[in-house]
Formats: sequence, structure tokens, C-alpha cells
Amino acid sequence: MKEIFEILEQNARATPAEIATMVGKPVREVQKIIRQAEKDGIIIKYKAVINWPKFGEGDIWALIEVRITPQRGVGFDAISERIYQFSEVYSAYLVSGTYDLSILVRGKNMQEISSFVAEKLAPLEQVQSVITHFLLKRYKEYGENFHIPRETNRRLPITP
Amino acid sequence: MPDEKSAATGARRNLIAQKVATLPPSGIRKFFDLMAHMEDVISLGIGEPDFVTPWHIREAGIYSLEKGYTMYTSNSGMPELRQELARYLENHYGINYHPEQEILITTGSSEGLDLILRAIINLGDEVIIPNPCYGAYPADITLAGGIPVAIPTNEENNFVIRATDIEAKITQKTRAILIGYPSNPTGAIMSKREADAIAQLAKKHDLLVISDEIYARLVYGAQHICFPSLPGMKKRTILVSGFSKSHAMTGWRIGYVAADRHLIQALTKIHQYTMLSAPTMTQMAAIEALRNGETEVEKMVQEYNRRRRFMVKRLNEIGLSCFEPKGAFFAFPSIKGTGMNSEEFAEKLLLKEKVAVVPGTAFGPCGEGFVRCCYATSLPDIEEALRRMDKFIRKNRLRSE
Repeated sequence: MKEIFEILEQNARATPAEIATMVGKPVREVQKIIRQAEKDGIIIKYKAVINWPKFGEGDIWALIEVRITPQRGVGFDAISERIYQFSEVYSAYLVSGTYDLSILVRGKNMQEISSFVAEKLAPLEQVQSVITHFLLKRYKEYGENFHIPRETNRRLPITP
Repeated sequence: MPDEKSAATGARRNLIAQKVATLPPSGIRKFFDLMAHMEDVISLGIGEPDFVTPWHIREAGIYSLEKGYTMYTSNSGMPELRQELARYLENHYGINYHPEQEILITTGSSEGLDLILRAIINLGDEVIIPNPCYGAYPADITLAGGIPVAIPTNEENNFVIRATDIEAKITQKTRAILIGYPSNPTGAIMSKREADAIAQLAKKHDLLVISDEIYARLVYGAQHICFPSLPGMKKRTILVSGFSKSHAMTGWRIGYVAADRHLIQALTKIHQYTMLSAPTMTQMAAIEALRNGETEVEKMVQEYNRRRRFMVKRLNEIGLSCFEPKGAFFAFPSIKGTGMNSEEFAEKLLLKEKVAVVPGTAFGPCGEGFVRCCYATSLPDIEEALRRMDKFIRKNRLRSE
């Protein structure tokens, strides 16, 4: 079962028939496993990894370190939820170390991100401090290299 | 009589030694030349991984250069590498080799094989090999002054050399049995039962077994039998292998031989006069490969397995019956149903549909009726190649009807 998910994680467009051949299982069984996983929320969504700067119209991104105060009974979860539900927040992680919440924020321009920080994020009562790092370059995401040209095949066409 | 080539150089006698002059060129060469001027060819004719060496291994090679490891190492190879290898062979196959006395690091398993044959063959000695087999086996035996004795294998016996067939060919001159499983070109693996029978035979007739296990890590849904790990066979077996296929390191040229210390001493003599030592940065990279390479090896094996299942299924669907290859990264389908011979099939397929496969006859006469298709190629390329092959076969069938 794990192998089916690994194949989909690499290529969301692999069809059940292709996957079935690759893992040596009947197509029906693969379809059933995928449907069940979609229902159970194991497979959340099928998306494409886009190299926006290459397209030419990129958004502005910022990685924000947030220190927050945990609350009685709910710990970090309640305040985290309040933060990550803003549509500007692209991803959010609770982390160990000198700050608590690491969020990746996406905006059309720098203005949009700074107003999110100044008006929405920083004023929250449980937010103690905010450090904003604007992203300059994207090297690798979801295991995919963005800048190194794909390692071209240097094999000779026929070898022993 | 001077031959044409000698005449051209003005020499009055043959300049090329007879055993080299009469050695047939590799059957693969011809296709290489044909392809040189073609575009948009999908090649299933390759015999190496399509993965680039995992980054952590490349990085270790780079680091060794940065730190100035540019000198010779000991003839036998760096002690750390031999220690890591001894540990690796013990962990994987439960066999113990003494890192200082029973392991020799070579410049690719190809050098290892050449050393072995030169070290054990007296002029005219016979060495038994399967047919079809990797083209270097008969060539290296001949160059070492020996005589290759080919034992036919076929689909019915899963392309595995059988002890009974070997026994029929044993003479006073027989020195060793050279086997390579998982097999290039067939993808066959050897079962415990088949290996045991050969081991018994080797003991009975006092023969050495040379076991080329370069594809040992690439087995699917089966256990690799490491020949020297069979009871009583460590002393009688020379194990030759390397990192090319397991760790996608073909261009690094690094391999090893493990055997009884007297044999290793003999091999080291030739090695020290011909190669001195394997490349140093490559040895450093190999240490990293052994220490931290398992995850990457497993990932690659899993990926090959997916492609293998895909290719074998499609080959059978388009009418090229293919027994299930359980090792290496080759499928060896039969093309007998097309009415063409191997070479004709491969040549026409290349010219008409731009798909390169290797005719089975490049690996010996018993390869007739088969072609070698490598699945160490991206899935989309395999899909497209098989689509073209399907078209080729259907057109061919229409014509012959």
C-alpha cells in the first residue's frame, strides 16, 4: 500500500492501471486502495509543482518565525489554528527551538505580506514576536530541484 | 604472410598478436555505429543504471580531491575500504573475509575478472561459461590463454547453467566454472538448488568457481545466493563484484575480488604490475557508498522493480513472450514469433521505429531468437519504446500475411 502512495507522491498523474502494473497488483485493488485513502484523508489532494519565477509572474513569499504563548488546555494548537487559517498562510509548522511557529506566507507583493504581518499576525494577543524573512530564491521544494538543470543523461546509447 | 593492416604500416609481418587479431569484436559495436547518425532514438540497449551516482557518494569523491587524496593507495586498496567491504559481505551474505588478506580492490570488476583469469589459467586450460553470457567472459578467457567452453542455456531451464550439462563437458583441462548471476543479458537468477548442484560438482572435480556477482543487489522478490557462502565453497570460489550496478557508479571504475588469501596474493601480483591501485578518489567514494548507501540502493532497486514489471507485462502483451527476469535490469524476450532473426529484428527495429535493443547473439549463439531490453530507463521512455515496438510488430505481421 505504501508503495502506491510513494508512486503517487512522485507522479500524481500515474493512472491506476500504470500503478497496478508497477506494484504487481490487480487494477481494481489499486483503485480501491486509492479511493479509500482519498476518503480517509491519507491522500489530501493532487497538485502540480510550478516553477513560477520561470513563468515570469511570481508571488512574493516570506518565511516567518513566530513566538507564541501556549494557552491552558489547548497548548499551541488554538492560537496556531487561528494563524494558519488566514489564506495568506501557505504552510505552517510547529517547531522546536528558539521560536514556535514557522509559517510560509504568500502575497502578490511585499505590501500585501507586510500588511498581513502588521495588521493580522503581530497584533494577536498570544503572539510575542515575529521575524519576517523574505524568500530570495527557491532552490528545492517537495524534493524537486528548481535551479540545477536536470542532470542530463550522459550515457552512451549502447553499452555492454 | 603480412596482412593488409601490416602492409599499410609498411611492416613485413603481422603486428597484432594472433589471439587478439582473431578475437571477434563486440557484437554491440555495430549498433553503436548505426545509431551514431540517428536522432530521437530510444535506447533499451544500455547496460548501466540511468541514475546518476547518489549525491552523498559524489560529494565524498569531491571532498577527497579537496583534501588532496591524489596519491596511490596500497596495491590492495585502502584498508578502510577493505574493512567496510568485509563488514558489508558479512552483513548481507553472512560470509567472513579477512580484510587484509582476502580482499583486493580493483579498477572495476572488469579488471578483477581479467586478473582472476590470468592468475589461474595455464595455456590451453578450459573454463566453463554459460551461453548466452556477458561478452567479456569468452574474450577474457581467450586473452588469458584459455579456452572458453560454452554450455547452452535456454528458456526451459530459465537461462541457468545446469550441473548435469556442465559435467558432460568436463575434461582433464577444465580449470574453473565462470558464472554470472543475476545474469547479463537474460536477467536470470540462480536458485539455491541449482547453486548447490554446481557446488557439489566443483568439489567432485576439484574445480574453482568464479562467481561474477556484479548484479547481486538487483534482485526482485527473491534472495540472492552469494556463491562462496554455500557450505565449503569459500575456499573454492573467487567472488568478483563492484559498485557499478548497485550504487550507480559505472564511470568510477571500482570493484573488488574476494577469495582465499593464496588466490588474492596471486591476483595482487598481476594487479601491482599492471594497475598499481584503484583510483584513490573512487575508493574514498566507495567507502561512503558502503557506509551510508543502503537507503539509496533500496530506492533504486524499488524503482527498477516497477519498471521491470511494466516492461515484462507490455512485452508479453505485444506478443514478445518474456520469461520473468528476477535480477539485473534486463528483459530477454523471445522474438521467434516474428520470423526474423535477432540481428535482423534489432536492425529493422532501430531503422524503422528508432528503438535500440541488443540482439541476443551479441552474447553468444544461444542468444539467437532473443533480444536484450534494458529497463534502466525512465518509465515514459519505456512506455514510448514499447508503443513503437508494438507498431513495428503489427506492421511486420501484416506484411508477412
